[in-house]
Amino acid sequence: MFPSLPHTEEDLRLMLETVGAAGLEELFADVPPELRLKQPLAIPSARAEADVYRRLSALAAANRTDAVCFLGGGSYDHLIPATVGAVLGRSEFYTAYTPYQAEISQGVLQAIFEYQSLICALTGLEVSNASLYDGATAACEAASLALNSVRRSRKVLYARTLHPHTRRVLATHFSGLEVELEEVASADGVMDRGDLRRRLAPGTAALIVQSPNFLGYLEDLTGLAEEVHAAGALLVQSADPLSLGALRSPGDWGADVAAGDAQPCGLPPYFGGPTVGYLAARQALLHRLPGRIAGESVDRDGRRAFVLTLQAREQHIKRERATSNICSNQALAALAVAVYLVSVGKRGLSEAARQSAAKAHYLAERLGRETRAKPLTGRPFFLEFPLALPGPAAPVLKRMEEQGFFAGLPLDGLAPEVAPAGAAERIILVAVTEKRTREELDRYVDTMKRILK
Amino acid sequence: MVTPKELKYAKTHEWVRAEGPLAFVGITDYAQESLGDIVYLEPPEADQEVKRGEEVATIESVKAASPIYTPVSGKIERLNPLLEKKPELINQKPYEAFLFVVRMSDPSELAGLLDAAGYESHVEQEKAAH
Repeated sequence: MFPSLPHTEEDLRLMLETVGAAGLEELFADVPPELRLKQPLAIPSARAEADVYRRLSALAAANRTDAVCFLGGGSYDHLIPATVGAVLGRSEFYTAYTPYQAEISQGVLQAIFEYQSLICALTGLEVSNASLYDGATAACEAASLALNSVRRSRKVLYARTLHPHTRRVLATHFSGLEVELEEVASADGVMDRGDLRRRLAPGTAALIVQSPNFLGYLEDLTGLAEEVHAAGALLVQSADPLSLGALRSPGDWGADVAAGDAQPCGLPPYFGGPTVGYLAARQALLHRLPGRIAGESVDRDGRRAFVLTLQAREQHIKRERATSNICSNQALAALAVAVYLVSVGKRGLSEAARQSAAKAHYLAERLGRETRAKPLTGRPFFLEFPLALPGPAAPVLKRMEEQGFFAGLPLDGLAPEVAPAGAAERIILVAVTEKRTREELDRYVDTMKRILK
Repeated sequence: MVTPKELKYAKTHEWVRAEGPLAFVGITDYAQESLGDIVYLEPPEADQEVKRGEEVATIESVKAASPIYTPVSGKIERLNPLLEKKPELINQKPYEAFLFVVRMSDPSELAGLLDAAGYESHVEQEKAAH
């Protein structure tokens, strides 16, 4: 058997002729020349297994794994019970690709069903899909859901205080479509409600707001749902699901859709991914919820059984009627979230959220009082806060790293536009989880004090 | 395939029963048979102005989501309240389970629709084409 079945010369000729291109060069003319590969891929020849192992071990050794992590910005270093790895490592889950004959894989469907039920309980909403790729794609799907549901709508508002990657993915996702994306300005680290009021108008499908927001601050959601609904639009809230162990749920705030990244619940930061996006909504939006949905039913003997349900609008059924091109989910990562949530339980989640917040506030307070690094504003925050250094952040971060700390994320490269004018290069985002010990926090303060003296 | 003589038909498989200025609109027996078990109707908006041939509703069956086009222009007068809870009525009694009622703005459009015989031969042609 061939490892792959390549196109024949005849296939290529026919396809080029059909699209009206003279040759492959002409077909790829839209790709800028500097992005084109002009020589064969530089792949070294085969090596012995032991040699490869040695080489990869040497490469891996270059990673810094001993530093204490205060990095956040959408990916957090929380405790993960060993049960998560134990269940995830089972080959029935670990090696399986998406079940095309879905109902024969009852274990996978039940896992997805449990995940959905947990997401509903957390977000305070009635329906959840089987998960999406990450928080950014979840926000895009939430926006599409709103555009499909609110009649004659073509505008989507989002707060500038969303994660900058989410804003960028939204722009990419909707480019070329007849959708107006509008950014609601921020003031003092949170969404500017006055600017929102000016932009809310008939024809608006949704407002997407993130709380805790990218800077870690809690947005004031009081009366927000009423205001958005009065304009005929839907409220989409992106929330760190772990924060919901301590904070009011999107459903309680009156949000119609909750969409975000569930990485904090059971997934390590790895090196930036994979993570998993969650999407939940009110019952009335069920038929337009994109992606897969596992449902509970009974088999012909009346025993509890699980099915993939409500697939009428998935693209593999009828592409031109599809509400989304999402046709899959992030099953293994969603399973990690489900196992995490049932392992820690209601009290454990609340404990993780409260301890993270308490430790973050302890650190912010001590830094503000004892060092020349100052938390930016006195706004309420969850487990992350912007810290203003007296000078450029880069050299300070470098020295902190030498002392064993990943001290924070520089705002400059990520989202200078949410910092006060001209201040971005001095600001870092500091995230503190329940995993940090009192000793680590105290050492962080002492080291920072010494470096900045 | 049942095709009542007293109704008018659109090529997109909707039927129309005119009662004075009102047009009751549903889908044909052939349409419901082809769709399979219907699980959900997304109705038009009450009071919505609609134009002949415009997509105004969606029927979701276990197989797929399909568009419903209005065969006449006018204003949506009312919806069928029974279908919200029991969309399967469309399968069971396709010619009683109207989807919506249009207050016609141009009743002469009715003359442009097919009669029962015309619709049946249209269906035969469509079947032959597939």
